[in-house]
Amino acid sequence: MTELERRANEMRRDIVSMIAEAGSGHPGGSLSCADILAALYFGGVLEHDPADPQKAGRDRFFLAKGHAAPALYAALAQAGYFPREELSTLRKLGTRLQGHPDSNQLPGVEVSTGSLGQGLSIAAGCAAGLALDGDRSAVFALLGDGECEEGQVWEAAMFAAHRRLDNLTAIVDRNGLQIDGRTSEVCDPGDLGAKFAAFGWDVRTVDGHDLEALVDVLSACKAERAGRPHALIAHTVKGKGVSFMEDQAGWHGKAPNAEQLEAALAELVDACEKEACRG
Amino acid sequence: MANAAPAVKLADAALAQTKKATRAAFGATLAELADAGVPVVAVDADLTGSTTTAAFAAASPEYAKRLFNCGIAEQNMVDVAAGLALTGHVAFTGSFAVFGTGRAYDQIRNTVCYSNLDVKICPTHAGVSVGPDGGSHQMLEDVALMRVLPNMRVLVPADYAAARAALKLAAATPGPVYVRMGRASVPCVYADDMELELGRAYVLRPGDDVTIVACGVEIREALAAAELLAEQGVSAEVVDAFSVKPLDEETILASARKTGRVVVAEEHSVVGGLGSAVADVLARRHPAPCAFVGVQDVFGKSGEFEQLLGYFHLDAAAIVEAVKNVMAR
Repeated sequence: MTELERRANEMRRDIVSMIAEAGSGHPGGSLSCADILAALYFGGVLEHDPADPQKAGRDRFFLAKGHAAPALYAALAQAGYFPREELSTLRKLGTRLQGHPDSNQLPGVEVSTGSLGQGLSIAAGCAAGLALDGDRSAVFALLGDGECEEGQVWEAAMFAAHRRLDNLTAIVDRNGLQIDGRTSEVCDPGDLGAKFAAFGWDVRTVDGHDLEALVDVLSACKAERAGRPHALIAHTVKGKGVSFMEDQAGWHGKAPNAEQLEAALAELVDACEKEACRG
Repeated sequence: MANAAPAVKLADAALAQTKKATRAAFGATLAELADAGVPVVAVDADLTGSTTTAAFAAASPEYAKRLFNCGIAEQNMVDVAAGLALTGHVAFTGSFAVFGTGRAYDQIRNTVCYSNLDVKICPTHAGVSVGPDGGSHQMLEDVALMRVLPNMRVLVPADYAAARAALKLAAATPGPVYVRMGRASVPCVYADDMELELGRAYVLRPGDDVTIVACGVEIREALAAAELLAEQGVSAEVVDAFSVKPLDEETILASARKTGRVVVAEEHSVVGGLGSAVADVLARRHPAPCAFVGVQDVFGKSGEFEQLLGYFHLDAAAIVEAVKNVMAR
C-alpha cells in the first residue's frame, strides 16, 4: 500500500468514526470522495499551507457537495489544519465542525457550503478574481452528481466557459446515487461529461478510486491553461471501502451504530493490514 | 429646537428642482470608488444598461475588466460575486430588485450572509418605480427579505446623492450590505456631497405633534406631507431612516417620546419592511400609536410611477391622512 492509500484509508476510518460518534451525517458521499480529497491534499496537487490557511498564492478548494464535510474534515485534520481529536466533536453543540462546512469557524474551509448547486459558481467567481489579479493559483470544486440536477450548476458552466477560466477544475463525484435512489431513476442528469463538453469545457474521466490516476489527471487539469475550464468526471462508488455501505442509497445520510462501526473499521483495518501498511 | 439644522446636508433650492434616478448613482459611484483605489468589481445579469453598471465599465478599459456580465442567471451572479469577494474584491451585484434578491435568495442567505462575505447586493428598479412593467417586476418585499438575514445591513437611500453616499458606505462597511435603488427619476432632497453613517437616522424637519419615519422615495412625500400638515397647524417631525438595518433606535425613540405618535412611510409592503422594524422598536421600548403607509400586502400593477404612488396610497396626501388617523387615536 502506498502512502497515499494509507492516507485515504485513515480518512475513511475517521469518516465512519466521526459520523458514528455524531449519531448523524453523510457516510455514503463522504466515502465516495475520500480518494479524490486524498489525491488533492496529499498527492501534491493542491498548493496549501495548514500553518497559514489564508496564504497568498494558495490553490483553492471548494466542497460544493457540503454534506461530504466529514471527508473534508478528515483531510484537513490529517493535513494539520486542526487537531485530529477534534473530529469527535462533529455536529455537536459548540463545535467548529458543523454539519456542513462553516468557513467562519474552521480554518482551511474557503467558504461555507451545504446548499447544493452553489459551489461551482463560487469557484468560478474565485477563478475570475484570481485571473483578474494575475494570480496563477488553481481553483478546484468538488460536486456531487445529484447536485448537477441543480440548474445553477449549468449557469456556472456557461459562465466559466465564456470567461475562459482555465484555472478552474470541476470534479464530479459520479457515484450514481442520491437520497431518493439512483440518479438515473430519480431525475436522470444524463451524460454529465457530454453536458460539460457542450458548454465548452475540457472534459476528462477517471476512476475516482485510482489514486495514482487521480493525482495525474488533477495535476494535468491544474497545469493546462488553454482557455477552457476543466471538468473531471470521477466514477466512484458511494460508500466505498465499507462493503455494506457500498452502492446503497440508504447510506447517504445515516450514521452507523456501534456494531456497524466496528464492522466498518474492521474492513478498513483489514484493507490496510493486507498490504502491511499499519503497525 | 424648531430651528435645529439637520445633521445631513439638504439640497439648495436649485438642486431641489432637479430630478435624478437613484440607480444613476450606481455605475458612477463604482467608478468613483475604483478611482479612489477600492478594489470594486460589479457582477450583473444582462441589465448593465438599466442598472448603470455599464457606466462603470465605460469609465476606463481597466474597469471594463471589472464588470462580470453573467447573462440572465441571477443565482450564478450572486455566487460569482461571492467568489470574487473571496479573492479580496469588494463585489457589487446588480439586476432588478425582484430578481437580484428573490431569484437569488438562497445564494444571498447561504453563501453571502452565512459566510459573511464582502458582497454588496445593489439591485435597481425596486418598488413601484419600475412602473409599466407591472406586478411581476415591482419588488415590494425585498427589504423584508433582506432584513431578516443575519449579517446583512439594509440601506434605502432617498435620492441620487443619498444613493451615492449609501454605495460608498456599503463599500466601507465589511460584509454583506443591501442597497435599494429605483428606476424612476425622483427629486433631489440632499446636497450632492452629503454623507451617511451606518445605523443613523436623520431628523430632516423638526416637529412636535407627530413623527413621520420614512425611507427611499417616501422621504420627499413625507417632507411634502409635513408642509401640508403645517398649513393645517400640525407640526410633523420627518426622520430619514435610510439605515433600515441597523436601525437608529435612539433617534426614533427620542422623536416618538416627544411627539407621542408615529407614521411610517415606505415604498414597500407594509409587511416586514421599515414599518415593521419601527413597530418592533416602539413595542419593546416605548409603545405609541402608529400608522403604516405602504403597499397593503398586494402585488403591484402597471402604471406610471407617479400614478402608482397615488393608486397605492403612498403619496403625501396618504401620509397626511395617516397622520390624521393616528392623531385621532
